[in-house]
Amino acid sequence: MSSVLDTLVSQPYKHGFVTDIESETAPKGLNEDIIRMISAKKKEPEWLLDFRLKAYRHWLTMTEPQWPNVHYPKIDFQAISYYAAPKPKKKLSMDEVDPELLRTFEKLGVPMHERAALAGVAVDVIFDSVSVTTTYKEKLAEVGIIFCSISEAVHNHPELVRQYMGSVVPAGDNYYAALNSAVFTDGSFCFIPKGVKCPMDLSTYFRINTQDSGQFERTLIIAEEGAQVSYLEGCTAPQFDTNQLHAAVVELVALDDADIKYSTVQNWYAGDEKGVGGIYNFVTKRGLCKGRNSKISWTQVETGSAITWKYPSCVLLGENSIGEFYSVALTNHKQQADTGTKMIHVGKNTRSTIISKGISAGYSNNSYRGLVKIGPHAEGARNFSQCDSMLIGSKCGANTFPYIQVQNPTAKVEHEATTSKIGEDQLFYFQSRGIPTEEAVSMIINGFCKDVFQQLPMEFAVEATKLLGLKLEGSVG
Amino acid sequence: MINANAKKILEVRDLTATVAGVDILKGINLTVRAGEVHAIMGPNGSGKSTLAKVLAGHPAYTVTGGEVLFEGKDLFALASDERARAGIFLGFQYPVEIPGVTNSAFLRLAYNTVQGGRGKEELDPLEFDDLVREKMKLLEMNPEFLSRSVNDGFSGGEKKRNEILQMALLEPKLSLLDETDSGLDIDALRVVAGGVNTLLNAGNACVLVTHYQRLLNYITPDYVHVMSAGRIIRSGDKSLALELEERGYDWLLDDKKAGATV
Repeated sequence: MSSVLDTLVSQPYKHGFVTDIESETAPKGLNEDIIRMISAKKKEPEWLLDFRLKAYRHWLTMTEPQWPNVHYPKIDFQAISYYAAPKPKKKLSMDEVDPELLRTFEKLGVPMHERAALAGVAVDVIFDSVSVTTTYKEKLAEVGIIFCSISEAVHNHPELVRQYMGSVVPAGDNYYAALNSAVFTDGSFCFIPKGVKCPMDLSTYFRINTQDSGQFERTLIIAEEGAQVSYLEGCTAPQFDTNQLHAAVVELVALDDADIKYSTVQNWYAGDEKGVGGIYNFVTKRGLCKGRNSKISWTQVETGSAITWKYPSCVLLGENSIGEFYSVALTNHKQQADTGTKMIHVGKNTRSTIISKGISAGYSNNSYRGLVKIGPHAEGARNFSQCDSMLIGSKCGANTFPYIQVQNPTAKVEHEATTSKIGEDQLFYFQSRGIPTEEAVSMIINGFCKDVFQQLPMEFAVEATKLLGLKLEGSVG
Repeated sequence: MINANAKKILEVRDLTATVAGVDILKGINLTVRAGEVHAIMGPNGSGKSTLAKVLAGHPAYTVTGGEVLFEGKDLFALASDERARAGIFLGFQYPVEIPGVTNSAFLRLAYNTVQGGRGKEELDPLEFDDLVREKMKLLEMNPEFLSRSVNDGFSGGEKKRNEILQMALLEPKLSLLDETDSGLDIDALRVVAGGVNTLLNAGNACVLVTHYQRLLNYITPDYVHVMSAGRIIRSGDKSLALELEERGYDWLLDDKKAGATV
């Protein structure tokens, strides 16, 4: 029986991808041939193909996680096409862009040239994107920083990619990480050499490869000894995508005295008010504080996606290393979010801070799930967690699932949690002072999220403030 | 200060209102002219606070009949925030706490929204800071209240001062002060009442809802109205308040019952 299976499985795919290699899009479904095809299309070295195949074989043995507090129909992984050749975007003129999208940009205060870029308008019509990215790239190269797509990095800096890829999130880490490791298409790579402080925030918006990264994005950031970098992911503008499932992996590595700050604003399409459509965002993000005195700080503002499943984490290996997690997760209508963090204290005197603010409106469900683990050798480790939930209306839900595991008696762990509600009385108080409801909600929410927003880079913070107001429009009163 | 020729700021006619289906106001009639101070007294549950909240537009109350004119215009055509911008101010019996929102940001947003609504100049943060510090002196408030969250962790007296500070900033035409005296010690009462007195002039008016005569020792009413079971059952001048202080409410309620049987 098993030999029959073996024969079947080891047969080359009958429909022959090898001959089909010129095609732009892979047929639906996933098997080893598809993975070989992806790797071949991308002209990858053998070790990377092995990495993918190992991940795939491991993935086959795994089952989808059932523990998150989210509900959705079963995903048919064989109904997804795992490779589409990057195509140049169709060049639109500004007149062809959906006016609703432009209005949203205007409300958010997105600068004109960015609006154009985000809406898919050929940016060179508006401004010289080539010169901007070139200047940007040159400036970074002067100080030895590498910032490029992960595909480029595989070709130009294979030793770095090979050393670090999968070192923080192993290929078989979890169901979606394994899937990503098998089929990832592109993403960002960033390397800050020893002693270099990155002279500007690195933004995916300026990533040299402007093509779509696809639904299985992979990001790797390495900060060598004493290096510093602030990385911005996403944008406040709504992002549409025909792919429903997104399973990204982000790995950060900080060596001695290095400092990585990773900020995300996520505003993927969330589906309509009835919960139809919308992105499933199943992401694995993890940072390794490998060196002494290293620091990794995650700041996220999650407002989009139908379902968010995401736990940006820190493994605090180096002595005196610091992990931080600042999060605002907003859900409205029928959105579901199960998000939080993991702080794994391994080294001595490691410290972590968790500030999580969940806002639920409409019929949405918003859960914080966080693990603080103090290992047996983490002498003097400290953690402070604060998890606050705010409810708007009476049809939504908020949950907090803190997990605390302490294996060292010298550790100090604090956890605080609150739940509040924007009540009729609060809104009436504002109104009785002349302030309309929408502005009142915006002010209350911003007050609630202040501790997180002040961690964001300035322009991001301003946009995030407006974004939350926009997302809640019409949800109160 | 009574001036029979002063313009009418508020006219309430046969006003009825309910909360959660229960009749609370059962036909209120009241006229307030510019320059006047009206005190509304009455036992617990008589509808005093409801009247103030209905006029300010609290969403929990439903107006079921009658009409209210504010400066000659239909008050109920305006949403509560529009009423505030038009010049109605409600001093809350229990000011609401808003954690995370600083008092200075809240006060400035309120001030600028109301100024904007009246076609007047809005102030930038520095200009506003000068203004608010000036007004705080009137209420003997420590400027440190500006950096704290709105009413969050304030004592009862501090909350009430913060209410009158808002009245000072928003310069309403009609102030509805709902039990502003409750929770105040005698020194705080003197300061708060002093603040209110400074703000009242011939062009605005004030309706005080109170249980006790003691507030009226500091703010002299031109009229005193007694409410019971959703109606004003007696109106008089300040001597009525003194009489209530001495005799309680029962004699009035008995009078009313006796009157009803005639």
